[in-house]
Amino acid sequence: MPLLTLHDIGVTRRSNTILEAITLSLTAGEIVTVVGPNGSGKTTLLRVIIGALTPTHGEIRRRPGMTIGYVPQRLHIDPTLPMTVARFMALPRRRHIDALHRALEQAGAAGQIDRQMATLSGGQFQRVLLARALLGQPDLLILDEASQGLDHRATAAFYRQIDRVRRELGCSVLMVSHELHVVMQASDRVICLNGHICCQGRPETVASSPAYRDLLGGDERDAVAFYRHDHALAVASP
Amino acid sequence: MMLDDFLVRAALGGTGVALAAAPLGCFVVWRRMAYFGDATAHAAILGVALSLVLSTSLFAGVLTVSLLMAVAVSWLSGRGYAMDTLLGVMAHSALAFGLVAVSFVAGVRIDLMGYLVGDILAVGRADLAIIWGGALLVLALLGSRWSALLTATLSPDLAHAGGIDPRREQLVLTLCLAMVVAVAIKVVGVLLIAALLIIPAAAARPFSRTPERMVLIATAIGVLSANGGLAAAYRFDTPTGPTIVCLATLLFLAASLIGRRLESIAPRPARPHE
Repeated sequence: MPLLTLHDIGVTRRSNTILEAITLSLTAGEIVTVVGPNGSGKTTLLRVIIGALTPTHGEIRRRPGMTIGYVPQRLHIDPTLPMTVARFMALPRRRHIDALHRALEQAGAAGQIDRQMATLSGGQFQRVLLARALLGQPDLLILDEASQGLDHRATAAFYRQIDRVRRELGCSVLMVSHELHVVMQASDRVICLNGHICCQGRPETVASSPAYRDLLGGDERDAVAFYRHDHALAVASP
Repeated sequence: MMLDDFLVRAALGGTGVALAAAPLGCFVVWRRMAYFGDATAHAAILGVALSLVLSTSLFAGVLTVSLLMAVAVSWLSGRGYAMDTLLGVMAHSALAFGLVAVSFVAGVRIDLMGYLVGDILAVGRADLAIIWGGALLVLALLGSRWSALLTATLSPDLAHAGGIDPRREQLVLTLCLAMVVAVAIKVVGVLLIAALLIIPAAAARPFSRTPERMVLIATAIGVLSANGGLAAAYRFDTPTGPTIVCLATLLFLAASLIGRRLESIAPRPARPHE
C-alpha cells in the first residue's frame, strides 16, 4: 500500500485555480522532487499534504498511522522570542534529551543543542529544522525549499545529508526546490508542476522531456553556467 | 481581618493582574501584537458606558466589548488590511466613542479618571474575587495549551504539521487578552493596560534563554512593579496606576542596560565552518 495517495486534487482560491487534477502516490523509501516555476503551486501542494490546507476538490489518502516530518521553507524566529535548539526541538511535544542528541547527529548538527536559534548560521539552522522533523521517526519527510539561502557547497552538503537520512531511517522524502541541478541528482522521481502535473518520471527522463524544457529549461542552463563559473573561480584562487 | 485594609486589597489586586498580564504579555511581544492589545484595552471604555446604560456589572460590559473588539481585529487581520493603520483607527476611535458615550449617560456622575488610569485603592472584596478568578482562568488556559500556543507563535505551518490549528490558538490568546483587560481596568485603567502587558516581558528578554524563563522573569518584574508602585504611590502621594507603570519602565531601563553589559562581556558565539 502506498504511503500517500492524492486523487484528482484541486485547489481554487478566489476563483483562481492554483492546482488542478493532481493525482499521485508516494511509495515507502523513495525520494520525490517537485519542480516548477514560481507560482506553479508547489508550496500549495505541500500544504495540502501536511494538512494545512483543505483542497477544494479531490481526495487524499494517508496510510493509517503514517507520520510526517516537515521542514519548512524558511522560519523566521522573532528576536524577542528566546529559544534554544533543545527547546525548539521539543515543540510541540516534549522529547527525551537522548532523542534530541540522536536527531541532531542524524541531521549533521551534533553539538548545537545549547545554542540560541538566533545565533545559528543558515546551514546550521536548516539542519536543526531537519533534526526536529526527524524526531518523530517520520515515514515521510517533507522539505519545502529547504536549501534556500544556502551557498552551493552548503546546499550540496545538505542534500547529501538528506540522502544519508533516507538510507538510515528508510523514510520517503518529498521535496520542493529551485536548485534543480543538485536536487534532481538526488531524486528517484521528479514531478514537474505548473498548476497541473506536466510530466513525471526519472530525473534524466524528465530533464530531457519537452514539457520540462519549455517550463524550466532556461533556468537549468543558467544554473549550470553559474555553477561552472563559480567552480573556475574556486580553482583560480588558491 | 487582613482584607479590611485597603492597601492589602490593592496589593492583592495588583499582584493578581500582574500574574496574568506578564505571561500573556510575552505572547503579545513575541507575536508583535502590542497595538492589538492597545485597541482591545481602549475599547474597554465603551464597555464601561455600556454597563452604565444597561446597569450590568462593569466586568461583564468591559469583557463583552473587549472580546468583540479583539475578535473583530483578529478577523480583519486575516483579510489583508494594512494592520497598523486599521489598528490605529480602531484603538483611538474606540476610546473616543467610549468617552462620548459615557458623557451621554445621563445623571450618572462617574469618575472618568478612575477608568482611564485606574483606581487600585478602591478595589473591594468583590473586585478581588473577579480579578483573581479572571487571572487564574487566564493562567490555566495559557498553561494547559502552552506547547500549542508556543508552536503556533513560532510558525503556523509547523503548527499544522504538528496537528495544531493556529487559528484556534490565536483565538485562545484573544480571549485571554479580553479577560486581562476586563480584570485590569480597575487596577491600571484602559490607557495603561498595554504597558502592564508589554513592559515586564520586554524587561525580561535580555535575561532569558528560553520562553519559559522569560515568562517567569516577566512575572517577577510585573509583581514587583505592582507592589513597589503601590508602595511608592502611597509614600509620595502620586496616582497609583501610573506609578506602577513608571516603576516597570525603570526596571525595563535597568534590564536593558544590564543586558547590554552582559552581551558585551559574553564571548561571541562560535560559528564553526560547515
